[in-house]
Amino acid sequence: MRTRRSEQLLGHLLLVVGALLALLPFLSIVLLALTPPGERTGGGGLPSSLTLENFATAWTRGGFGQALWSSLIVAVAVVLGASLVSVLAGYAFSTMRFPGRFVLLGILLVGLVMPYEGIIVPLYYLLEGMGLLNTYWALILPQIATSVSLGVLWMRTAYANVPRSLGEAASIDGAGRWATLWRIYVPVSAPAIATLGTLLFLYTWNEFLMALVLVPQNPDVQTAPLALSFFAGSTRNFDPSVTAAAAVIVALPILVVYAIFQRRFITGVVAGAVKE
Amino acid sequence: MTTLSPPRPGPDPARPTDRAPRRRPFLRRYDWDAYLYLVPAFAFYLVFLVRPVVESIWIALFDWDGITASEWVGFDNFAGVLADPQIWQATLHSLVFVVFYALLPTALALVFVGAIARIRVRGLAAFRALLFVPYILSTVVVAISWRWIFAESGPLNTALRAIGLDGLTRAWLGDFTTALPSVGIIGTWVMFGLAFVLFVSGLQNIPAEQFEAARLDGAGPVREFFAVTLPSLRGEIQVALVLMITAALRNFDIVWNTTSGGPGTSTTVPSYFIYREAFVTHQVGRASAIAVVLTLLIFAIVGAVMWLTRDRDAAAPRGGNR
Repeated sequence: MRTRRSEQLLGHLLLVVGALLALLPFLSIVLLALTPPGERTGGGGLPSSLTLENFATAWTRGGFGQALWSSLIVAVAVVLGASLVSVLAGYAFSTMRFPGRFVLLGILLVGLVMPYEGIIVPLYYLLEGMGLLNTYWALILPQIATSVSLGVLWMRTAYANVPRSLGEAASIDGAGRWATLWRIYVPVSAPAIATLGTLLFLYTWNEFLMALVLVPQNPDVQTAPLALSFFAGSTRNFDPSVTAAAAVIVALPILVVYAIFQRRFITGVVAGAVKE
Repeated sequence: MTTLSPPRPGPDPARPTDRAPRRRPFLRRYDWDAYLYLVPAFAFYLVFLVRPVVESIWIALFDWDGITASEWVGFDNFAGVLADPQIWQATLHSLVFVVFYALLPTALALVFVGAIARIRVRGLAAFRALLFVPYILSTVVVAISWRWIFAESGPLNTALRAIGLDGLTRAWLGDFTTALPSVGIIGTWVMFGLAFVLFVSGLQNIPAEQFEAARLDGAGPVREFFAVTLPSLRGEIQVALVLMITAALRNFDIVWNTTSGGPGTSTTVPSYFIYREAFVTHQVGRASAIAVVLTLLIFAIVGAVMWLTRDRDAAAPRGGNR
């Protein structure tokens, strides 16, 4: 394609400005977090010296070691649980005939647009009745449920791309349905499962309202975003650079994972969105 | 249907057909063990999603403080919610957020995509990854970052002072006139990356010949955008709008972590009232009524957007005159 130089320049200029604006807010709290306590630059210039003191203060005072650990446990459990049940159910929808197939699929579709603000109140009383409030289960079980819609539809699409001949070859070799799933369908769909896992990990890691409602009274199971929100709330008028350090601590793990897997993140979000 | 058993020989000779599996006896016609594969997923889905949806509607019909016995009040909670000016105000704020969370990011992302549609971008993957960063950050981190940006002594006011606009400086999130748009801008910042990434992926699916053809017809950048790029992105625009409008109407995290609905009631949203009435003031029936109304509102608006952005050419294949 031939285009004028000015168009080339304008396009790149726009992208550079956009990227700067996308990064600026986070970079400004990184800078604030590195500013010595008590020093105020107003975000306009560099501080006289850089310090890690705020990170140490935030880490010890906010209990973020425990919070990040809790986030990891919840996210990994949701990813494993939701992927497993989706791998199974997607297989049924993709390869089998049974009465009620389309009705069941339709019921699952509702879950894609269901705002869970609409279910958070009964969810609280349900988990209270089960005695699970303020435990990891209160975050894991409902989030598997809210991931099932996307997961099943995702796996159904992934299996549709598995060549029929592969499954047929396996069944001629005497493999039953169960064996065909694990020997053929799952290995062939591994990249799709990995992308689904990345997507669910991101959403679970960042979940806030469920944590606020379902585990408010147990610091031992509070996830990183909730711990950060409480920490920022209690130090609101205290020292902004310590709060900034806490925010950077909470953001860092997901940014590192993103830096490694960004392609999978983006294709996942795009494919997951288009699926809806 | 890889796992179907092969058609059995010599079935009903009266109705010869190649759809052999259909005429097997009822019990053999289907893969009954399919249900075994569905049970785990549907167990989670029914217990922790479908059941709460139904209960939400049920609870909304009672006056209940969450502890003592509840009292049947029929549709009184709904009537009360719909007559409450505070709820209407919160809904209005949500609609303002639709502008900031959905329309503005879509428009901005379209400008970006229009600007790069005709050129070879160096490092597009890197730009895409950078512009997407706001969307992957936790909303709490986002809220804390912007609380600092908008703070009395924060970067925005510092920048305004540096260019001599001291008169404009204020505590942006604490000011009655600027709090709502300020929270809105945060949403624009978060959602822009999502819209951009979606549109770029759509752009990559447009055949290059379409751009070539437009250019042979002598189309400039603007006409090319409206003739080729915009129509080709219809599907992506629809998806982006649905996702971002839903996020705007559900918005809780960012409001809660920046203004908590304040100052006064200037940034309240429906989900803020759901949380407050259920878990702070213990009017559980009323909270559920708000939740049901919000859910219906979201379904209605999403339905309307999908209808407005539907594929008109597919609906009436010969109606197009482009």
